[in-house]
Amino acid sequence: MHRTGELFGQFETMDQQRESASLGMWVFLSTEVLFFGGMFMTYTLNRSRYPDVFGEASRSIDLTLGAINTVVLIGSSLTMAMSVWAASVGKKQLVTFFLIATLILGCVFLGIKGIEYHQKFEEHHVPGLNFSFEPGASVATNAHAQLFFSLYFAMTGLHALHMIIGAGLLIWLIKESMRGRFTAEYNTPVEMVGLYWHFVDIVWIFLFPLLYLIDRH
Amino acid sequence: MSEHHIVSPKLYLGIFAALMVCTFLTVAAAKVDLNQYFSGLNIIVALVIATFKASLVVLFFMHGKYSPKRTQLVIICSVFWLAIMLFMTMSDYLSRAWT
Repeated sequence: MHRTGELFGQFETMDQQRESASLGMWVFLSTEVLFFGGMFMTYTLNRSRYPDVFGEASRSIDLTLGAINTVVLIGSSLTMAMSVWAASVGKKQLVTFFLIATLILGCVFLGIKGIEYHQKFEEHHVPGLNFSFEPGASVATNAHAQLFFSLYFAMTGLHALHMIIGAGLLIWLIKESMRGRFTAEYNTPVEMVGLYWHFVDIVWIFLFPLLYLIDRH
Repeated sequence: MSEHHIVSPKLYLGIFAALMVCTFLTVAAAKVDLNQYFSGLNIIVALVIATFKASLVVLFFMHGKYSPKRTQLVIICSVFWLAIMLFMTMSDYLSRAWT
């Protein structure tokens, strides 16, 4: 394909190229909204049917770890946004710095998530692995609590998978950034991974109150 | 072609601070029994705060506010389709009084 510098042949200007990339990324994110949407749908239905058991099961999750993770993830969104800014003003070393900061915060999030999963495993709250919610709980309560924890693991697990993919993309960006590829004129990859990273942050913004904050009073 | 807009670090920090305040608020609100005033108020407050936070992220961190109209249309469509799925499915399930 005919290409002048970082401008591909099918585009007239760098602005047009950037806007096309961003439009395409948003179309992809729309499919992601619906991908996660199916799970939010299942969650909404089951929570409306079994509000009490969902509340009880929610209280067994560690709120402190969840809140810390929310702060960590929003912090990583800030550093990601800062790396997009650094790229757009052509500060190459700052781009690398903020990308590494984002990667570190992302890994901290996944680490804390791992601690949480371990707690759930020890409490026998993992559906399918000798699940027992509470001694003496009725068969129905146990079944409905399993529904909550199935959704908890499916939703946070899918979210964590997105984080892992995001971390992989960040490693690639850091490599390219260290080679000095991103300039004020061309930084589309940083911007696009940024959009993806912020989207994953938004999913967590909804998961946190829905999974951790039912009936905490 | 619109000029490429650069958001300042100062604004990013302001948005980050607002997001932190909202995170604190949502935890604080969850610890108060709001349902005694109005059934379901706790979840409504939680979702309003979450939607506000998500809007801040979309508008500023993701540059939604500075995007061309056709990009904004895609953003609005994604939320609209999600609303269709939630609304239609729930209105079906909740009106099945016989199950």
